[in-house]
Amino acid sequence: MKSIIDILDLSTDEIEELIAVAEDIIQNPRAYAHRMEGKKLATLFFEPSTRTRMSFEAAMYELGGNVISMASAASSSAAKGESVADTVKTVSCYADIIAMRHPKEGAALVAANSASVPVINAGDGGHCHPTQTLADLFTIRREKGRFSGLTVGVCGDLKFGRTVHSLINALSRYPDVHFVLISPEELKVPSYVKRDVLAKKGIPYEQTTNLEGVIGDLDILYMTRVQRERFFNEEDYLRLRDSYILTPEKLKGAKADLSVMHPLPRVNEISVAIDDDPRACYFKQVKNGKYMRMALILKLIGGDGQ
Amino acid sequence: MNIDSIRNGVVIDHISAGCGMRLYHLLGLETLDVSVAIIKNVSSRKLGKKDIIKIDAPIPVNLDVIGFVDPMATVNIIRDGKLIEKKSIEMPELLRNVIRCNNPRCITTTEQELPHLFRLTDRDRKIYRCVYCETKAQ
Repeated sequence: MKSIIDILDLSTDEIEELIAVAEDIIQNPRAYAHRMEGKKLATLFFEPSTRTRMSFEAAMYELGGNVISMASAASSSAAKGESVADTVKTVSCYADIIAMRHPKEGAALVAANSASVPVINAGDGGHCHPTQTLADLFTIRREKGRFSGLTVGVCGDLKFGRTVHSLINALSRYPDVHFVLISPEELKVPSYVKRDVLAKKGIPYEQTTNLEGVIGDLDILYMTRVQRERFFNEEDYLRLRDSYILTPEKLKGAKADLSVMHPLPRVNEISVAIDDDPRACYFKQVKNGKYMRMALILKLIGGDGQ
Repeated sequence: MNIDSIRNGVVIDHISAGCGMRLYHLLGLETLDVSVAIIKNVSSRKLGKKDIIKIDAPIPVNLDVIGFVDPMATVNIIRDGKLIEKKSIEMPELLRNVIRCNNPRCITTTEQELPHLFRLTDRDRKIYRCVYCETKAQ
């Protein structure tokens, strides 16, 4: 039984398998419509979520399975002081697989160590969010046809942004990827990511605070939101929130085949005027995320989807 | 300054100067009802300065703790006034319930009964990270 806590729990070969299954689901949805009949997914979300939770639920329903969940953390036993370990041991008795989001970093590992069914980390605080990275990778593959040889700009909150760290980790396993790290000084990529991932693997990167100065070099622009919930200090959040806003004017200097990505939800960092630009990929990411979650559920409890 | 030799006990020698007190606390020596000497800033040919801890009782010491704080330290077991064993010290791959994670967002801050686990992630730079949230140990 395998659980997925971190994107690095999946080898590049396993990611290729998931991409192949997700692509096949898109081409042949009927072939998968009953694959999870009689199986139940439990969604345990101890933190607010719209798209990730609904994506998991939609994924399970489209595979013919069922979903059980709790209304909210406030109405769960966690509010009475029950431990994560006890909660997942209990839920393991009801479900075949668990997708869990929790505000505490490391909660997913605790869950995986305690559950008797596979656990998928749907976000543990600022730590990991592997299925978002699967959605990102699938989107890059569909848009660019490859992972190698790309110049990838990541922009916004690169300090607390778990999606950025996971994406850098995931893409660093492919050859000839070049990162451009665009952030305010206060929200730079942590030094351990630069040292332990980028420098260690000899991956070229540059850091800048100026988005306009580099946008013309990029194949991918991955925008992120400055997240209020990651700050202890409201003043810092308000000061940094509006650091980068992607507008049609800024996009004029970009390549015609740039892919603009965002893990969503956005606040104001991408102007809605960009939504109709063919380079905008963020709503495609949402859809691709559902297909990758379907492929992951199949891998963990339903065979390889072939 | 003279500290009496011990007849039955443990001498932790060649501790990097300044690490003695930390080792004293992490080994829980303050809870022992036996004579313990911490000698700081002793002249050393090898290290220049070093700390030494002498424990005047034949107690087991947690070598993982010593390996975490200072893998260059040596542990000498003394019986009847004679050195009977020198323990080799290595950095442990996994530290269990020795230190706590100082990340306020870590699951160990709210789930009281979880073991506090740190894994050695960079031997050259002596870096341990929390198994749960990957925060670097202080």
